[in-house]
Amino acid sequence: MSPPRLALSRISKSFPGVKANEDVSLSVRAGEIHALLGENGAGKSTLVKIIYGVQQADEGSIAWDGEPVAIASPKAARRLGIGMVFQHFSLFDAMTVIENIALGLDEAVDREGLKRQVAAILESYSLPLDPEREVHTLSVGERQRVEIVRCLLQKPRLLIMDEPTSVLMPQEVERLFQTLRQIASQGCSILYISHKLHEIKTLCEAATILRGGRVVASCDPRLESTTHMAELMIGAELRRVERRPAQSAGAVRLEVDGLSLPGDPPFGTDLAAISFEARAGEILGIAGVAGNGQSELLTALSGERPVTRDGAILLDGRPIGGLGAGARRSLGLACVPEERNGHAAVPDFTLAENSVLTARHRVPLAPLGFISAGDVARFTDAVIKRFDVRTTGPSAPARALSGGNLQKFIMGREIGQEPGVLVVSQPSWGVDAGAAASIRQELVDLAAKGSAVVVISQDLDELLELADRLCVLNEGRLSPPRPVASLGIDEIGLMMGGVHGEAPPAGAGNHA
Amino acid sequence: MLEWRRRREPSRSMLYLSPLIAVVLTMALGTLVFTLMGYDGIRAVHDIFLTPFLEPQRWPDLGVKAAPLIMIALGLAIGFRANVWNIGAEGQYIMGAIAGTGVALLTYEMSGWWILPAMALAGVLGGMAWAAVPALLRVRLQVSEILTSLMLTYVAVQALYYLVRGPWKDPDGFNFPQTRMFTADQTLPVMLEGSLVHLGIPLALLAAALAWLVLEKTVAGYGVKVVGLAPAAARHGGFSADAVTWASLLAGGGLAGLAGLFEAAGPFGQLTPQFPTNYGFTAIIVAFLGRLHPLGIVFGGVILAATYVGGEVAQTTVKLPQAATGMFQALLLFVLLATDVLVKYRIVRRERSA
Repeated sequence: MSPPRLALSRISKSFPGVKANEDVSLSVRAGEIHALLGENGAGKSTLVKIIYGVQQADEGSIAWDGEPVAIASPKAARRLGIGMVFQHFSLFDAMTVIENIALGLDEAVDREGLKRQVAAILESYSLPLDPEREVHTLSVGERQRVEIVRCLLQKPRLLIMDEPTSVLMPQEVERLFQTLRQIASQGCSILYISHKLHEIKTLCEAATILRGGRVVASCDPRLESTTHMAELMIGAELRRVERRPAQSAGAVRLEVDGLSLPGDPPFGTDLAAISFEARAGEILGIAGVAGNGQSELLTALSGERPVTRDGAILLDGRPIGGLGAGARRSLGLACVPEERNGHAAVPDFTLAENSVLTARHRVPLAPLGFISAGDVARFTDAVIKRFDVRTTGPSAPARALSGGNLQKFIMGREIGQEPGVLVVSQPSWGVDAGAAASIRQELVDLAAKGSAVVVISQDLDELLELADRLCVLNEGRLSPPRPVASLGIDEIGLMMGGVHGEAPPAGAGNHA
Repeated sequence: MLEWRRRREPSRSMLYLSPLIAVVLTMALGTLVFTLMGYDGIRAVHDIFLTPFLEPQRWPDLGVKAAPLIMIALGLAIGFRANVWNIGAEGQYIMGAIAGTGVALLTYEMSGWWILPAMALAGVLGGMAWAAVPALLRVRLQVSEILTSLMLTYVAVQALYYLVRGPWKDPDGFNFPQTRMFTADQTLPVMLEGSLVHLGIPLALLAAALAWLVLEKTVAGYGVKVVGLAPAAARHGGFSADAVTWASLLAGGGLAGLAGLFEAAGPFGQLTPQFPTNYGFTAIIVAFLGRLHPLGIVFGGVILAATYVGGEVAQTTVKLPQAATGMFQALLLFVLLATDVLVKYRIVRRERSA
């Protein structure tokens, strides 16, 4: 029997105060699609960084095709044939897609040849992406496509995919899976990191489950139940989101009436006469792939972008289109944008300081304009406890928290204000299964108390689990909402993809 | 191969120690430079940095020089925290002095306690007006306030020259280019007999305490910080970048204008072409040396005041040229920025990948 493509043996890695990996062993066979499962903070990222040469293990060894190797740098990893698509993108905002791809390559290539290669990859994987666009104009989803393409260009022998499907439509996920299976069948191994257990069940042949830096189980995911895997992962019984019985719809709390807005310059999506209403007690889901007006809609609702017509947005019947973000919050409209760092939170601030950012309008944190450190600390502490934010306390800087923990804090900060209407974009993006479940439970509970909740998400499972009614935002247009009970996932996928109608990338179809 | 790598978490103690390290390094480098230039380097640095502190008779002068630096730097720090780069405090300082002097000339033959407060108010408004131009241009037309505020400094200097040589020239002044001397009611009360120590010194300290209160304890000060650190988060939190731009430029202009008026109604007692002393530019160094923190700025103001006082000492003792003071101040800023880079980044040796 040939040696495994990659074999990790007894890998340990410590950071000051934390054992990120302890005695981790796993092996990936040639052509195998191997899942790496674990909660945020379980040590997946560290392990993957060791494999990709970003960090060095304190103990243990790595064997590549049976030969012991030292992977000193990502460049060395790429030379071995290891490619990686990171969850956090490393792209230069001011440069175009093709320039970013060129920068990521180890060898210089001529621009025209690269363009042809990229066009070929975009077409064969059906990734809609304009290579000439500047990265700062791209949505999160589109940015990830740049990373995927950059990686596929290197023709890797082991491909590490860190949560690759979190921003894809169902049809695209299926297409990506076919592609990954195709890559694997040609002998390339794939190390697949995801929180979505059913994806792992459909795609992966082997799984290694990490918890607290240690391997807690290795299994064949096709034979395990998702519930059991989730429980192994979080080390406790998984909390199910408890739905309240369907309620008769309450009063209209948020009404959007013919909201039109030019897109964020220069390549944003124009909002075209968006109309919807969200009622007390309901969760309205807005599905759609990022870049179709989601960020424009959220910032128009939050008050960050001016809306010229006062009556375009009504909160509890009151026109608020002309009000700023602070005034809208005071009246009870809270919003959570998808970007955590620098938008929903300030990375350089402590959690307590981040509480002041949006909670001061509805919670008496700053009487007469003077910030009350005691009240802020108490509010922050309550959020940390109620939402199980793993941190050292209110004085921890936001940048020290993992993405999932920061999201729990942000969601807790907003829900803790008990807003009349909560609009949230991607509530559980990059959040582990346990935390996602508790965030969703809080959303359900908030609606049950009589608030209206609007969830903008690309994660259909999440929307189907949460929403009472569902509509799709596509190219700046919003479809009429439909009760979720009457919809199948394929049908929504068609709603999202079928009308999407993006042209294939330039130059597609010319490749051999 | 050497590489800069961002520290995960800059050391808190180093953040506050680095200004002190910068001062010590500047003394060492200054010694070296002056020695190489053929002066008595050790004596020069000793006179510039230590004599002002060691000789009690120099302390009043230290306070007189530190007060305007502190006051201007406080205003600048508000803007710098919000990424509003007011480089033209010197112009606002001059304009404040001009506006206050205008009131003084109008009230020349009057008397009353209200005259000095009226002059101070005019000084604040003059500085604010001069800072309002860059604020308006930045908010309305996205013109860089760095350029406009800096250029307006030279306009203010020319306005001063024109006034003291033209309409405001002292009719009894033997044709010297200067205004009338201010009357007793127009001059800051001297607080220490036989010195120039005036009311501006305690007021500068009071301003520092107030700035600390506003910047560290209020929602307004919080807004200034958020706008500077994360503009998108500031919008999300309901803070207006335009309002912060206006507020910080007006605060900077107003404080610089008040400092200018204090200087005119204190040590100068009139306006002369020698009035601009670059306090407005030196205050930029003070603001950074003080970590943009009001209490740090008091410390920074005293250090920079020492370079002025000590520079004069060194001119007589080791015959240093007057420009040495400016060179010393520039060296200090340079070293400070260098240490700051090392607080935020570390240099690592990257192994060449095999």
